[in-house]
Amino acid sequence: MRNIYMGVLGVAALTAGSIGPVFAADWGKYEVEDRRSGYTYAAKETRDIQDDDFENPAMIWVDDGSNLWNQVEGEAGKSCASCHNDADVSMKTAGAEYPKHSAKTGKMQNLEQRINQCREDNMKAKPFKWESSQMLAMTAFVRHQAKDQPVNVKIDGPAAPFFEKGKAFFEERRGQLDMSCKNCHEDNAGNMARANLLSEGQSNGFPTYRLKWQKAGSLHRRFRGCNSNVRATPFGYGSDEYVNLELYVAWRGRGLPVEAPAVRN
Amino acid sequence: MANVKARVKTPSSAKKGEVFEVKSLISHNMESGQRKDKKGNKIPRQIINKFVCTYNGNEVFSSDWHGAVSANPYLAFHVKAVDSGTLDLTWTDDSGAVFNKTAKITVT
Repeated sequence: MRNIYMGVLGVAALTAGSIGPVFAADWGKYEVEDRRSGYTYAAKETRDIQDDDFENPAMIWVDDGSNLWNQVEGEAGKSCASCHNDADVSMKTAGAEYPKHSAKTGKMQNLEQRINQCREDNMKAKPFKWESSQMLAMTAFVRHQAKDQPVNVKIDGPAAPFFEKGKAFFEERRGQLDMSCKNCHEDNAGNMARANLLSEGQSNGFPTYRLKWQKAGSLHRRFRGCNSNVRATPFGYGSDEYVNLELYVAWRGRGLPVEAPAVRN
Repeated sequence: MANVKARVKTPSSAKKGEVFEVKSLISHNMESGQRKDKKGNKIPRQIINKFVCTYNGNEVFSSDWHGAVSANPYLAFHVKAVDSGTLDLTWTDDSGAVFNKTAKITVT
């Protein structure tokens, strides 16, 4: 019976008492229609860390990324800059538009995958491991160039069937706790789960410096964590399931500003 | 410690007698010593245990850090502008490794 599993979260989580932010503040760019960035669910102190480029520890990854951008690697003797020149021009919107459908692979491709494709095909360099400090630096840097751009992913045309898969995943119950992403992040956004305030689970801030991780981390790392939390076997980094889910989650946050690298708890 | 990066931010100039703020950030994992590896062995503690700032050679700020200190710590403090010169920030961790960053200030 599902009720047994619901009990694990405690009655407080799913009944009355939405302990969201007390002030019905005007969140400005962080709120679009009925969607709010995770920024609005964070404590003031956490938001202050994100807002200060010096204090935001994730900016160290952005700095590393900007060094990597200019670093020649691989047998083709190229760096990212060789083809893409100045990142603040060429990468102005990339961070807001991925995942995109790839004609080459016939399926959705996210930023990490696109970076590795460039490395392997164009630079003849070794791909980065998904959660390596270099990949985190690269994605933090590239996404950061799109800072404040509204998230804008295409879900029509060839992306449509993958969008539907991502949506189905989001709504499907899984794991020993038999819960779906929707149960927490849609049905209960603004409520507490144990001692955590549930956000809408938006992805506009990734890669994110999570105070819990004490380092920057990728969206797929978060997906894996969430799945583990409901005692479901997590899918792999870069798995089709997660890339499709990433498309759906990005669409859920359409219009929200790219905040990479954000600071969350 | 791989990849430890430090940064400092100070105003480039200050009037004599004025109090200015020094901001610092260092990236360091701050291994707590409480974690265990996959085999069950304790991962040894490695944290930054001391921070010192000197101003033209004179110590103006010093801090001893202990277990449970934040990873990638941000530290800001105030210094009184005396003479033009160099602020020297030094972080020392349990292994004896020393990380250093300097900043110049012009005092008018």
